Amino acid sequence: MAAPVAIHLEFGGGAELLFNGVKDHHVTLPSQPDPWDVKQLLVWIQQNLLKERPELFVQGDSVRPGILVLINDADWELMGELEYQLQDQDNVVFISTLHGG
Amino acid sequence: MCQVEEEYHGPLLREELPSVSRQCVKCKEASAAVVIRAGDAYCRGCFKEYFIHKFRAMLGKNRLIFPGEKVLLAVSGGPSSCSMLSQVQEGLSQNAHKKLRFLPGIVYIDEGGTVGQSVEHRRRTVEDLRAVFRATGFPFLMVPLEQVLDLPSSVVLSAPGAPEQEAGAYKAAVDHFLLSDGSSGATAGQQQETPPPEVQEAHTHSLQRLLGSARTLTAREELLNILRQHLLVHTARSAGYSKVMLGDSCTRLAVKLLSSISLGRGAQLAHDTGFSDSRYGDTILVRPMRDYSAKEIAYYNRMFSVPSVFTAGLDTKTADKSSIQHLTESFVIKLQADFPSTVSTIYRTSEKLQSCKGSASAGGDRCLLCVCALDTAAENASAFSATLISEQLSRTKSPGKSRQAPEWTAPASQCCSIVGGELCGNRGRGCCSSAKASEPPPLRSLLCYSCQLTIKDMSSEEVLPLYILSEAERRLRRSQLREEIRDFLLEDEADEG
Repeated sequence: MAAPVAIHLEFGGGAELLFNGVKDHHVTLPSQPDPWDVKQLLVWIQQNLLKERPELFVQGDSVRPGILVLINDADWELMGELEYQLQDQDNVVFISTLHGG
Repeated sequence: MCQVEEEYHGPLLREELPSVSRQCVKCKEASAAVVIRAGDAYCRGCFKEYFIHKFRAMLGKNRLIFPGEKVLLAVSGGPSSCSMLSQVQEGLSQNAHKKLRFLPGIVYIDEGGTVGQSVEHRRRTVEDLRAVFRATGFPFLMVPLEQVLDLPSSVVLSAPGAPEQEAGAYKAAVDHFLLSDGSSGATAGQQQETPPPEVQEAHTHSLQRLLGSARTLTAREELLNILRQHLLVHTARSAGYSKVMLGDSCTRLAVKLLSSISLGRGAQLAHDTGFSDSRYGDTILVRPMRDYSAKEIAYYNRMFSVPSVFTAGLDTKTADKSSIQHLTESFVIKLQADFPSTVSTIYRTSEKLQSCKGSASAGGDRCLLCVCALDTAAENASAFSATLISEQLSRTKSPGKSRQAPEWTAPASQCCSIVGGELCGNRGRGCCSSAKASEPPPLRSLLCYSCQLTIKDMSSEEVLPLYILSEAERRLRRSQLREEIRDFLLEDEADEG
């Protein structure tokens, strides 16, 4: 059984518009048998934090193209993208590089 | 490949997933933090060096900005322009290797009125940016977009610029500058705190009415771009800046290139997406960020704490198909996700475009709105004349003209004379017969193809700002005059259309 995981989420570049304008979120992911990975985090965000227009944030399993993800200030491509397993106190940043938010 | 139990981790294109244990490909010591392009992993230090170097190289390679020149930085608050601002700061700082030598100023155009932001919200954004600009030490101007309604009509004229410099002139200017005052560290002008100009609500309403008269979001965005550019150039000219730096990134320019083609701006591509844009003659628009992808800029801003302020635009949170520009952006970004060289390929194509020199110099041969050379010569077998013919055929079958190839060069001369400067484009008023109703308003003759399309999407031309309408009137009168005395002129005019 994995302990609950405390994560610091940040949204920038216009992505915060989908979350009521709030850029910083400190969340605690509930405990579950398997460790949390980024794919599950996205589902969790969609269900719990996303206020409107989910298609502007997620596309299928992953984030919408144009949204960058940094895990602990490093490119998520270096961490395994969706397969990266979240650790306690990790910092995940979503930055939108799109013109229209 | 064809085994049943075979599992594939990740997309097939990538053979080896870069991982955090990968070393930076440049220094091979520190652990990688960013993946640039398709698979090059850089550490923080090398990435910063690479980023800064690219800016210098872009300016140095093009040798357009002379030492001591006044350059206006157009900062929208977005990541690219704020990154450009920080690069300029970095480059001008004393301890920079081969420091930059021009005198920057900053301008911010407050477009909150176009999306219906409250006065309070706009003020807050302006204050946030003011704090950022104050920290740089450069003189700055905060200009509300509503000021575009009060511009003089000279803004759409291309003033003669500085004569073409020969190759050695840049090097000579640099040497001279170094000799004359290497240590004065020419201050970029005093920062004056002028109170923000009060925006009258009536002006905001006029602006909204103007943009609201465009029926499609595509036309609205194009109109906004034109107005913004006019205001930028006017600000630069009146404050004495000879160059304006725009913060368009590689990604943004790739999208712009494709959407320009869709909008009929193929002839003006070199101006719209090139490094330097000299359509206004004396004020040159420069794009030093055109080599940076949006990802690089976002990473740099995040890692090195470059402040930026997000402001909603016309197409924020709209559906993908709401406008041509938005759809193109969505297309390019999605394609880029699977084929990481998309944007750079488009960029390399745009580097090869050049505008043909000397195609139009006089004011009469340029588009009224975008100030680029007119591309609407309807020669006999051109595609443009075909669209004109089909357009005429699909209108009402009133007698009208009996010409073969419709000419829009001097339509004013076909109907009764213009009375006291009143534009005959005003529908139903004054002199026009029913045949005239099938003719397009004469404003179209002054516009390039894509600006014609933009204006066609507007419900009424009268909401256009006064400076555009009065300049249009002036040009129509001149062309009518030219028509009338054509037979008496000894030499042919350079071209009729």
